[in-house]
Amino acid sequence: MSFLAIKDIHHTYFTKASATTALSEISLQIEEGEFVSFLGPSGCGKTTLLSIIAGLIKPTQGTILLEKKPITGLKNQIGYMLQQDYLFPWKTIEENILLGLKLSKQLNEKTKNAALDLLNQMGLSGIETQLPKQLSGGMRQRAALVRTLATEPKLLMLDEPFSALDYQTKLKLEDLVSNTLDSFGKTAILVTHDIGEAIAMSDRVVLFSPSPGRIHRIFDMPDELRSLTPFHARNHEAFSGIFQTIWKELDSLETGKK
Amino acid sequence: MKQEKNSVNLLHKNYLHSLTIQKRWVRFYQIVIFLLFFSSWEISSQQRWIDPLLFSSPSKIWKLFLEKIQDGSLMSNLGVTLTETIFGFLLGTLLGTILAAVLWWSPLLSKIVDPYLVILNAMPKVALGPILIVSLGPGYPSIIAMGAIISVIITTIVVYTSFKEVDPNYLKVLQTFGATRLQCFKEAILPASFPTIISTLKVNVGLSWVGVIVGEFLVSSRGLGYFIIYGFQVFNFTLVFLSLLVIAVVATIMYQLVELLEKKLIKE
Repeated sequence: MSFLAIKDIHHTYFTKASATTALSEISLQIEEGEFVSFLGPSGCGKTTLLSIIAGLIKPTQGTILLEKKPITGLKNQIGYMLQQDYLFPWKTIEENILLGLKLSKQLNEKTKNAALDLLNQMGLSGIETQLPKQLSGGMRQRAALVRTLATEPKLLMLDEPFSALDYQTKLKLEDLVSNTLDSFGKTAILVTHDIGEAIAMSDRVVLFSPSPGRIHRIFDMPDELRSLTPFHARNHEAFSGIFQTIWKELDSLETGKK
Repeated sequence: MKQEKNSVNLLHKNYLHSLTIQKRWVRFYQIVIFLLFFSSWEISSQQRWIDPLLFSSPSKIWKLFLEKIQDGSLMSNLGVTLTETIFGFLLGTLLGTILAAVLWWSPLLSKIVDPYLVILNAMPKVALGPILIVSLGPGYPSIIAMGAIISVIITTIVVYTSFKEVDPNYLKVLQTFGATRLQCFKEAILPASFPTIISTLKVNVGLSWVGVIVGEFLVSSRGLGYFIIYGFQVFNFTLVFLSLLVIAVVATIMYQLVELLEKKLIKE
């Protein structure tokens, strides 16, 4: 039995005008410590699936099991990072990163120190009393990562967390997130529309086809890329070959639609 | 290089100087309007171009002002009105915010009461005055209620709208931490709407003056509203104008204080 089991998920959105099937027949197993990317054209239900796995949306059909237990009712097992940092502007950085601990009543001297240590490791020391608006975009996203990791989630969801950053910051942050997750042995799912990012960061890339969202194909990344940091993986000779393969598949999906 | 820097400095100096000059002119015309208004009032009253019985004159009002200060009646009545107004607008803002929170809590309830809110908002609240006085008695409670009721519905509508407009992604962050609805309200909804609540406070200051003065008209026992209605009944319009001017000054000061509070609370 795998760490995370996604079993036969269907999801339909209802509006007054129509019923739109966003996801259909999604089944996937993810092992502990694995890094999986969801890649696909917009409107293929990647973010919906992420919300379902996180227990934020109840699927029309199907179940999600985390360590053999249904996901509903599990609290703080899953960390979620959004496209923007969504740090609360009226809270200081310290208040922001301790928010998850406070809400789940796990806040004590030990967990607080652990969170502040993590902030230091991310290269964000001495900013605890500052407000989010005083930091740069990259720093804010790092603080948001600390906030997500502070509750020690078993599974991390990354919903295009680098898409709002400039390219250089994005590359640096990819390395930082990848190293941090490796050192904590965390399982992570990344939603992205950036092929390069998916290849550089993941162990497996799941390609989705749109309307309704289905799993089109799963690519296993070769070991030589997995062992490298994202920045170095981008420069590896195997990288461009895989990039071309996935690019063609993605392209065929989009032309096939027309 | 040095010369260039000097010329920039000079330009900047000139710019600052032009700003000061403009500011002075604005202030000058403001004072001119003030003096022109009161002096023409005084002269036309003395020359009997306007009826001094109806329109009084600044000198008479000033004399009455000193008189009323000396016998202490102005201060005591101002105190009454001021207390009622402060309680009225605080109560109105507080109740409105609480109502908005209840509506946010239950989307179904908010759908159900929506038409009633529209009706209550459209209704002239001062028309409720007689009923309030009959039910709460002719004293502080009914006048404070007037001051509050006039602002409570509009506060509810404005604050509720701001609650609904909080970026849902903040709630998503909280929900991933397993936050309850109460926690979501405390951590995101309320603090994000704080600027709106403070700005309704500013509007409510003005509204509460209306409610309280009308309330004092009706109860007619104390306060500046009572001064106005009494002055009207005995044809002492100097008293009416005195009350009006005092209200104008005090209401302005109150508004400025709330604005100061706004600047302090919202450090942006």
